[in-house]
Amino acid sequence: MIAEAGLAALWLAASLSLLQMFLGWASVRPGQEAMLRFVRPLAVAQGALAAFSFVMLLCLFLRTDLSVQLVVANSHSAKPWIYKLAGAWGNHEGSMLLWVTVLAVAGAGVALFERKLRQDTHVATLAAQATISLGFYGFLLFASNPFTRIFPIPMDGNGLNPLLQDPGLAFHPPTLYFGYVGVSVAFSFAVGALVTRDVGPAFARAMRPWVLAAWIFLTLGIVAGSYWAYYELGWGGWWFWDPVENASLMPWLAATALLHSVTVLATRDGLRAWTVMLAVIAFSMSMIGTFLVRSGILTSVHAFAVDPQRGAFILMLLCVYIGGALALFGARVGTVKEGAAFDPVSREGMLVVNNLLLSIILGIVMVGTLYPLGVEAVTGEKLSVGPPYFNKAAGPVALVLVALMGAGPLLRWRRDSAKALAQRMAVPILAAAVSLLLVVLLAPGIGLLPLLGLALAPAVAVASLAPLWGRNLRRTPLITWGMVIAHLGIAVSMAGMAAESAFTKETLIAARVGQQTSVGPWTIRFEGVEPVAGPNWTAIAARLVVRRGDGRELLLRPQARMFSSPPTPTSEAAILTRLDGQLYTVIGEPDGQGRWQLRLWWKPAVTLIWYGGGLVAFGGFLSLIGRLRRARRTKRQDEAEPTPAFEPGREALA
Amino acid sequence: MKPKSQRLILVSLAVIALGVAVLLAMSAMREQAAFFYAPADVQRLGLPLDRPVRVGGMVKEGSLRRHDDGVTIDFIVHDETEHTIPVTFTGIVPNLFREGSGVVAEGRFQPDGRFVASEILAKHDENYMPPELSDRGLHKTETIE
Repeated sequence: MIAEAGLAALWLAASLSLLQMFLGWASVRPGQEAMLRFVRPLAVAQGALAAFSFVMLLCLFLRTDLSVQLVVANSHSAKPWIYKLAGAWGNHEGSMLLWVTVLAVAGAGVALFERKLRQDTHVATLAAQATISLGFYGFLLFASNPFTRIFPIPMDGNGLNPLLQDPGLAFHPPTLYFGYVGVSVAFSFAVGALVTRDVGPAFARAMRPWVLAAWIFLTLGIVAGSYWAYYELGWGGWWFWDPVENASLMPWLAATALLHSVTVLATRDGLRAWTVMLAVIAFSMSMIGTFLVRSGILTSVHAFAVDPQRGAFILMLLCVYIGGALALFGARVGTVKEGAAFDPVSREGMLVVNNLLLSIILGIVMVGTLYPLGVEAVTGEKLSVGPPYFNKAAGPVALVLVALMGAGPLLRWRRDSAKALAQRMAVPILAAAVSLLLVVLLAPGIGLLPLLGLALAPAVAVASLAPLWGRNLRRTPLITWGMVIAHLGIAVSMAGMAAESAFTKETLIAARVGQQTSVGPWTIRFEGVEPVAGPNWTAIAARLVVRRGDGRELLLRPQARMFSSPPTPTSEAAILTRLDGQLYTVIGEPDGQGRWQLRLWWKPAVTLIWYGGGLVAFGGFLSLIGRLRRARRTKRQDEAEPTPAFEPGREALA
Repeated sequence: MKPKSQRLILVSLAVIALGVAVLLAMSAMREQAAFFYAPADVQRLGLPLDRPVRVGGMVKEGSLRRHDDGVTIDFIVHDETEHTIPVTFTGIVPNLFREGSGVVAEGRFQPDGRFVASEILAKHDENYMPPELSDRGLHKTETIE
């Protein structure tokens, strides 16, 4: 019954979205605004139905209902309940249902809470949102139904890929999906505004919280995914430039650019066409990401099912939506009025440079990700593009971008003088010089990129904090705090990346019981192995007694695990976190002569990478709160008189 | 500055930026792209000594040999042809690496034809087949367990 209820709700939601789409597009014409009354409840009902359907799927997984094919293929009665739950989206069909659920719920949110938009733009936005979700309902219902029954009913399920049985992974996909789908809302806003010729500051202010929220989730999803790859895969790396990682990075880059350009549009009424274009690009990147990850075109832990029909379906959706949006953009861009002009040396000017550099990085990542696929499709030749390409091509651009990020917030809107900027940048530039000198003296012979990264990070950190100087911190708006903290997070993260790649120490040995070795400042004694058992796995754990200098002895137990269903060996690293870095240990195989392979890393400052990422997301969160509070305040004032679009907070900067 | 000319400048800046991106990408790509070699390709294309490449095929049964240091291994990669590549690797092999299974390794060829791998790409589960291998008719041998 549960499965049938879920499926019925899904069909109903699909038909409501069809209705919402037609009613919506029909009522965009002038004189039909009254239709908004009908379109809004439709969007809300659609969201509720999709959510109901997803909850039904969760129930099936929690009860391990073995009459449902998806549960059989991806779950097992002996799994801990949290992984039963996570199993609901740890597979192709379930994750697509989650995708469309988030999409529908976000649509309901737009219908319920959006009050700033012009009515016709609001209807057009909801119609665009329904058009997107309709495609994905079709995909679910016709190409990947999560509720298919199976007969005869098997004894037990096949289990979830053990690599996915990890708390980090349980929450990584939903987080990324919130991000992907939030970007789709921004896209719907852009399409709506194009249709009703309403591209202006009001539209940008309505779109901004959605872009911000999507961006926060994308940031969190990437940080979580990176940390998962770091500790779960046991390779000690935090970013591999794997296509699936790039699939999440590309929407993030586009959303970051959009976040900055939408601010220009909202506060200074500039960059109108560009902002709309970016919204289209950002959504295209989400779609391409979904396509890459879900179509099975890339073989990885993310590609659950290799089914050409599904790949073709997503590709078709991608072409229709992106092609349609680009055609609309081409047809309507002429009607988008010129925005306000600004001086090259100004906050707007710097944000334009930010957008250009982000676009360049996006282009580089995209070429590196799609080029091998294209070459293979055309010539059949196998080609793989690895980290050397990405680091070499994108690294320098990213460094320039981060350096300018320090300067951007110190510029005034509209017009500023280069001389004044140089004065404000004096301290950060001094910091850069000092840290460059220190790094060159103390750590000679590290690579150029890590060197520049280490030199730049403190300077950018100082520059990021500069907007707070000489201000009453308690009266500083949350929005300013958000920007400062997010920029600071980038500097922190970059310091971690540079330190990790410059100073990591590695030891690889085959150790006898009792043998002692060292890595970095640590001495490590191998005391033998012992068996360990978990709920659905058994393991061999090494006993490693580690000690730093004359400090306390600590025990680390890296495991070689064997999961029972499906039978899969995995390696569980044991990681010791200290303030200044992590000791990362992995056990390999026995060599047949009583020795065990051990791989040990000392990674100084590596945790900064994810702390920095967390700061970035937290900054975004503060900014979002600040925006929403300000929006509520101005709404109350609006009843008396309309306030001009103006960003306070910059004035205090002398 | 007039809005019109400002827009023109912005657009030309964007075009220039795009051009720079393409140039950067192309130059990095030419130097760094790691091409994939199956054993038969080495014979056909010659040894690529100037850049890192990937090799792939099946680990030949009975070819795995451990060095005395306990962490270095030698093995032979073969495919459906009679050609083979001898490989040396220092490190911990991925969990699913064994004789008779598919493998993709990244590293450099030595002038004597031996391939020194810096990394053996991991397989995520027992059904995984490196994409470079899956259409070379090797998956049939892979599924025999």
